[in-house]
Amino acid sequence: MTNIPETGRTPRVQIRLVVIQILVLSLLGTLGGRLWYLQIREGAEYAKEASGNHVQQVVEPAVRGSILDARGVALADNETRLVVSASRTDLLKQKDDGKAVLAKLAAVLGMSTEEVEQKVRLCDAKTPQPCWNGSPYQPIPITDEATAKQALQIRERAEDFPGITAEPEAVRRYAAPGNANTAQVLGYLSPVTDDEITKAQDSDSPYLRSDQVGRSGLERQYDKELRGKAGVTRYEVDNLGRVIGQAEADAAQPGSNLVTSIDARVQRVAEYELNNAMKIARTQFDKITGENYKADSGAVVVMEAKTGRVVAMASAPAYDPNVWVGGISAKDYKKLTGKNSDYPLLNRAIQGQSAPGSTFKVVSTAAAVEAGYEWDGGYPCTSSYSVGGQVFKNFEGESFGPISLGRALEVSCDTVFYGLADREWKKDGGINPAKGEPKDYFYKAAHQFGLGKETGIDLPNEVTGRVPDRQWKESYWKANKDSWCKYGKKDGSYVEKIAYENCLEGNKMREGDSINYSIGQGDTLVTPIQEAVIYGALANGGTMYTPTIGKAIVSADGKTVQEIKPKVQGKLPVDKATIKGMDAALEGVVTRGTAAWKFGGWPQEEIPLHAKTGTAEVYGKQTTSWLATYSKDYTVVMTIAQAGTGSGASGEAVRHIYNAMYGVADDGKIDKKNALLPTPQTSLPKVQADGTIKAPKVSKDPAKEQRVSQQDAPEPDETQPGATVQQNTSTNRDTRRRRRKRGSRRMCT
Amino acid sequence: MTGANGFSVSGYGPERAGWTRVFARDSLARRLDWPILMSAIALSLIGSLLVYSATRNRTEINQGDPYYFLVRHLMNTGIGMCLMIGTIWLGHRTLRNAVPVLYGLSLMGILAVLTPLGSTVNGAHSWIVVGGGFSLQPSEFVKITIILGMAMLLAARVDAGDKLYPDHRTVLQALGLAAVPMLIVMLMPDLGSVMVMVMIVLGVLLASGASNRWVFGLLGAGAAGGIAVWQLHILDEYQIARFAAFANPSLDPAGVGYNTNQARIAIGSGGLTGAGLFHGSQTTGQFVPEQQTDFVFTVAGEELGFMGAGLIIVLLGVILWRASRIARETTELYGTIVAAGIVAWFAFQSFENIGMTLGIMPVTGLPLPFVSYGGTSMFAVWVALGLLQSIRVQRPMSA
Repeated sequence: MTNIPETGRTPRVQIRLVVIQILVLSLLGTLGGRLWYLQIREGAEYAKEASGNHVQQVVEPAVRGSILDARGVALADNETRLVVSASRTDLLKQKDDGKAVLAKLAAVLGMSTEEVEQKVRLCDAKTPQPCWNGSPYQPIPITDEATAKQALQIRERAEDFPGITAEPEAVRRYAAPGNANTAQVLGYLSPVTDDEITKAQDSDSPYLRSDQVGRSGLERQYDKELRGKAGVTRYEVDNLGRVIGQAEADAAQPGSNLVTSIDARVQRVAEYELNNAMKIARTQFDKITGENYKADSGAVVVMEAKTGRVVAMASAPAYDPNVWVGGISAKDYKKLTGKNSDYPLLNRAIQGQSAPGSTFKVVSTAAAVEAGYEWDGGYPCTSSYSVGGQVFKNFEGESFGPISLGRALEVSCDTVFYGLADREWKKDGGINPAKGEPKDYFYKAAHQFGLGKETGIDLPNEVTGRVPDRQWKESYWKANKDSWCKYGKKDGSYVEKIAYENCLEGNKMREGDSINYSIGQGDTLVTPIQEAVIYGALANGGTMYTPTIGKAIVSADGKTVQEIKPKVQGKLPVDKATIKGMDAALEGVVTRGTAAWKFGGWPQEEIPLHAKTGTAEVYGKQTTSWLATYSKDYTVVMTIAQAGTGSGASGEAVRHIYNAMYGVADDGKIDKKNALLPTPQTSLPKVQADGTIKAPKVSKDPAKEQRVSQQDAPEPDETQPGATVQQNTSTNRDTRRRRRKRGSRRMCT
Repeated sequence: MTGANGFSVSGYGPERAGWTRVFARDSLARRLDWPILMSAIALSLIGSLLVYSATRNRTEINQGDPYYFLVRHLMNTGIGMCLMIGTIWLGHRTLRNAVPVLYGLSLMGILAVLTPLGSTVNGAHSWIVVGGGFSLQPSEFVKITIILGMAMLLAARVDAGDKLYPDHRTVLQALGLAAVPMLIVMLMPDLGSVMVMVMIVLGVLLASGASNRWVFGLLGAGAAGGIAVWQLHILDEYQIARFAAFANPSLDPAGVGYNTNQARIAIGSGGLTGAGLFHGSQTTGQFVPEQQTDFVFTVAGEELGFMGAGLIIVLLGVILWRASRIARETTELYGTIVAAGIVAWFAFQSFENIGMTLGIMPVTGLPLPFVSYGGTSMFAVWVALGLLQSIRVQRPMSA
C-alpha cells in the first residue's frame, strides 16, 4: 500500500521507543507513589490541616458575675460602657466594602472618616497602627465611649448601618460600697496569657485574647464560676473569609454571682479601725527602741464563730483594686510589687505570719490539761524561772503565788507555762530523748489546734504558719547548719553566738526552746486567720470551722443557688470542762486582765466578751501586737506589726468594731438601731430573673457614722481619734521589753 | 502519498451497508484504537465533573450560572472530538503535506499574541481574546506543528529508503524549525509550554533514530541553557519565586508557597475515597487557585480520593501505553515520530501538571490533558488523538 519498506524499522529506533515507554511508565509510577504517600500515609495529617483551614470561631464574651456582700451589696461588679463595633464580614459584603457606612458612622460619632477606617483595617507588616490585630471575624470596636444618644442613633437606624453594632459592654468595677476597699480579699483580674489560651483552647470554655482572668483573692478562687462560659459560634469560611457554612452556635452563659459573707459596713469599720489603730501607734513612743512605733502592717479578721464565715477581713497597707481595670500601668505595678513598695497586694490576714505571743497560751493550757495537769492545781507563778543558769522572767517580775491554769491564762503568767513545758520536756527525756516517741504534748496540741497548716479558707495562696516541733527543727537544721557553722563564733556577737549554738545542737529540742515555745515565742508562726479559727472554736464550744468567704453561688438569673455550707475542720482537743474554764479565764482578761483597761464600761452582762492579748517579739524589730477576742457569735482577731502590746495597739480598734456591730456607745449604752450586725446574716440576697439584685443602700462611710453615734461629742478628727486613747497613751502600759539575757530571749503577755 | 485513500481501501468484494460495514473486520471502526478513545472520553467526562465542582460556587467567574463551565467544558470536548474525526478523515499523511501552511499559521498566531491583540493571564502573555468570552492559546497548536514539521523533515529521507537514519543536516533543519516558535513562546513568556516543547523535541529526536550525539548534545545544551537563564535573570521574578516555593513550600505559606501548600492540603485530605464529589471543603472554600484549569487534579484528589485520582493516572497511563504501541507498530518512521512526539508531550505535560499539585514539580501554568478546563488545549489534545488514530488505522492490519 505504500512505498515504505515493511522492514524499515531499525533496532536503534525500536530500542529507543522502548526506552521512552519505560520512562513514561516510571513517571506515572512516580505520580502514583507520591499520591499514595500524600493521601494514604499522610492523609490524616492533611485532613486535620484542611479542617483548620476553613473554620473560624467568633467568641462572644460572657459577662463576669458580681461579688456581693452578705446583704447583696456589690463589692465587685461591672460597669457598662457603650461600645460601637463593626463587623468586617458584613462590611465586605457591601458593594463599596462598607466605605459609605463607615463615613456615615464617623459623622455620628464625631470622628474623622479616616480614623474610623483605620480602626477597622487589619494589621499586617505594612499597616501601621491604628489597625485591628484581632480576629477578622470578631466585631472590631471603634469606640468604647459612645454616648447613649449616639448608640440610639445607630441602633434605631440599623438598616442605615449594616454591620455596625452599638452594644453595652461590661467592664469590671470595684465599687467600694461605703468606702469598704476589701482589695486583697477581692483580688484582681489581669489579661489572659498565651499559655492559658493554648491550654483552654479545646476546653468547653476557651479564652478570648481580650479575656481577663482572676489572679488573686476571690476573683481567682471563684474564677471559673464568675467567668461564665463564652459563647462560641463556628463559621465555615472560604479563602476570602466569606461565610459559606452554617453556624454552630453556643450562646454565652453569663458568669454566676458570688455571694460572700462579707458585710460591707463591718468591712469598712474593720478597715477604718485597723488603719486608725496603726496611725495612733505611730504616735506612740517605744521605750525599747527609742523611737515611735512603725506600725507598718496589720490585719484584722471578723468571723462568725458558729460557722467560720468571714464577715470582714482587712489587711493594711491596702491599695485601690481599680488600678487593675483596663490594664495596669507599669508605674502602678511597680508601686504594688516593687522592692520599695510595702507589698499591699499581700493579704496579711492569711499571708502574714508572726509569732503569736501570749495568744498561744490557750494552746499551752489545753496541752497541759491533756498532759494530765489538774485545772485547779496550784502552779507557782513566780517572778522568774531559772533553768541551768538561764533566767526566764515573768512580766515585769510579777508574781501571783500558786494559781490555777485558768488564772494563769487570765493573768498571762509566763512562769506557770515555763514550768509546765519544762517538766514535760524533762519527762520526754530532755535534750536526748530516749528511744521511743516523746509525748510532746505541747507540740501535738498546736497541730490539733490547726497550726502549721492552712486553714483551707477559700482564698488562694494561704500560708501555713509553723509549729517548731522536733521534725521541723531537724529539717531546718539540715537546711541551715552549713551557714550556721560557718558564721557562728563561740565568743562573737549575739547573732554569732546563736549561730554557733544552732550549729552545735540546732537539730535538737533544747530546754530553752520548749520553755519559750510554751508562751508563743521562738520559731512559732501563726496567721491571723488561724487565730480566728482557734478563738472561734473556743467561742462555739470547741468546733473548728474551715473559714469561708463565699456563701453561695447564684446564677445570673437568680434561678440556681448553690450554697457553700460551713465546713467542720475538727474539734479542739479539749473537754467541755476545760473549755468552760478557758472561757471564764478569757472573760476575766476583759473584765480584770490585760485587756480590761481598754474595755472599761463594756456592757459585759448583755454582750459577754472574751479576749487574749499577745505581744510577740521579733528579732531586730518592734513587738507585734495581737488581740484575739470573741463574743457569742463573732470572733475578732487583730494584729499589727511593730506596734507594741496587744491591748495597747489593738484594744481600742477591736472595741470599736464590737461597738459598731452591737450598737454599743463608748459609755456602754446599747442602741440596737445603731447595731450593724448584732446577729449573723443568715438569709441570702435575692437575685432577680433579670439579673438585678435587691440590696440595701450603704451610706457613704459607715465607720465614721459609727464613730459619731458612739460618741456624744462631734466627729473626731481622723488624726486625733478616740479620747480614750489619749488618756492611755502616756504609758502604753504593758509594753515591756528587755535586753535579752541568754536564755531569756522571749516573753509575752 | 496515497494516504488520503486509506479510508476506502477494502480487501473485500461488494460493499456492505450500514452497521455491518462499520463493524466489518477491517472497517475503520474496528481498526480504531478503542482503549485510547474510551480513556480520553472518560477523562473528559471526569474533567467536566471536576470543573463543575470547582466552579459551581464561584459566582465571580461563572457569571451567576453554576453550569457555565460545565457546559463549556462539554462543548469543548464535543468540538475536540469533531476535530479528532476531521483529523482521522484527513489523515496524518495529508497533514504532512500541509505542514508549511500549518507552520506559517502557528507562527502568525503566536506572533499575534505578542502584539496588542494578545492578553495576559496569570503572568503569561499567551492568549488571544477572540471575543464572545472565547480566547485562544496559539502555543497549544504550536506543539502539534512542531511534531508534524520535525517528523516530516526527519522521516523524509528514511521513509524514502535513502538512509537508515536522519543525517546531521536534516537534524539541524528540524531543530531550527522547532527553535523559531519556541523562542517566540519564551518571549511571551510561557515557560511551561517551552518546557513541553523541549520534551517534544527530545522525544522526536529519540524516535527519529538521530545520532546519540544529538540527543545527549541537546540534553547538555538544555542544562547549560537552564543555568544561563537562572544566572542571567532572564526569568521573571514570579517564575523564580515559583521555583523557590517548589523547593521549600513552607518558606512563605501565605505568599508564593500558598498554591502548593493549599494544593497539597486538598489532595492529602482526600484520603482513600475522598470527601465525595461536591463535598470537598478545600474546593468549596476555594482555597486552591486556578482549580478548574491548572489545579484541577486537586479537586479529584480531595473529592474522589486516592481511588479517583489514581483512576485519572491510570487512564492517562492507558493512553500513553497505547500511543507508545502505536509508535512501535507503525511501519513508517513518520508515523513513529509523530506518535512518539505526542507521547513525549502528553507524558511530560501530565507529569508536570499532576507533579506540581503533589509538590514534586515546580508550579507552571500547564493544563492536564483532557481534564483541565480550557478550549485550545482541549482542541489540541483531541487533534493529537486524531493523529494517533490516523497512524493506527493506516497501518496494515497485519503489521
